[in-house]
Amino acid sequence: MADFRPGAPDQAAFLGELLEGRLLVETGVPGVYGRGEDFERVRVGVAGMISHAGAAEDPEQLRFPPVIPRRDLETVGYLQSFPHLAGSIFGFTGNEAQAAEQYGRASQHEDWSEFQSMTELVLTPAACYPVYPAIAARGRLPVGGVTIDAGSAYVFRHEPSGDPARMQMFHQREIVRIGEPEAVAAWRDVWRDRAVTLLREIDLDARFDVATDPFFGRSGRMLAASQREQKLKFEVVVQIAGPEPTAVASFNYHQDHFASAYGIELADGSGAHTACLGFGLERITLALLRTHGLDVETWPATVRAKLSTPAF
Amino acid sequence: MTDEIRQIIKDHARLSVDVEEISDDDDLYLAGMTSHASVNVMIALEDHFDVEFPDAMLTRSTFESIGALAAAIAQMQMGASV
Repeated sequence: MADFRPGAPDQAAFLGELLEGRLLVETGVPGVYGRGEDFERVRVGVAGMISHAGAAEDPEQLRFPPVIPRRDLETVGYLQSFPHLAGSIFGFTGNEAQAAEQYGRASQHEDWSEFQSMTELVLTPAACYPVYPAIAARGRLPVGGVTIDAGSAYVFRHEPSGDPARMQMFHQREIVRIGEPEAVAAWRDVWRDRAVTLLREIDLDARFDVATDPFFGRSGRMLAASQREQKLKFEVVVQIAGPEPTAVASFNYHQDHFASAYGIELADGSGAHTACLGFGLERITLALLRTHGLDVETWPATVRAKLSTPAF
Repeated sequence: MTDEIRQIIKDHARLSVDVEEISDDDDLYLAGMTSHASVNVMIALEDHFDVEFPDAMLTRSTFESIGALAAAIAQMQMGASV
């Protein structure tokens, strides 16, 4: 198993309360939980609040399942940056004898991996990933580029943790902007500031910071330094549990990283840039539970009202 | 040394122009080198010159030109630390 990161004492205690209150449901694997009705109602309410905030942009709605082609993961170079976080999907294509042997091992909870081979699919690591090839397939962008709302999508990160705010599978409420560099960069900044306001309106003590992605290894430190220097990534952070505030949303300017990989061009044929934002719906839900208490019925009416917009 | 660096830039930096067209002082990022390509340049330079960039030198400015890289490698070869 990947290295398990134990939570800080107050994170572990918070997880215990969530499980006891049946807001989360244990599966036996850290970072993978069922959700109770109250948790889901709040999570969906947060999603709706974000939809409402973005409605004026009139984004195009696209939805994708939580897997992407392995080839796309390879094309964008994910494994250079985050080999430790990827979840790949293997399957069985053997014969009857192999199936019987595999079943025998599995029944004893022993290692049956030798009978498994790569499929064409991996788990989606970030909700914007399937958007780029989909838009690229349309040909040149219209004037002004596009804004795509990818909804609330499950994403996977292979990092088992005792911190309830570090799940292996969680929802990103994702919006993507593809177009001219200046417009895309400005869009990113507008949403970063808007997010702080939105979260403060539900009484979360939010602020933003320059941040880096968790790039792997030594070359990862170099990528992180470059990302930080260029302020390509901002995170909005809120104190949940643990020694530091937790990033609950990120605002990412990719320059031409994805657009070049897929050959996305502006209306005039020059290269496009992209940016995306992702709100961590489970983290925001946890922040609300931590701030307002586990009994949602007792939350301030103003907060509950803000969480009542349909998400679509 | 700069000729060897130029060859490595040619092989790994994925510039949008020919390396022959850029001077030792020209900005490699403006010539099309992405941060991911600069990582590949770093690894190739370390292999070729048998040096290891300390973390403090894994910044954009170290890789911003052929001249900057030559200075960095010379510094590492002398065993000097930042």
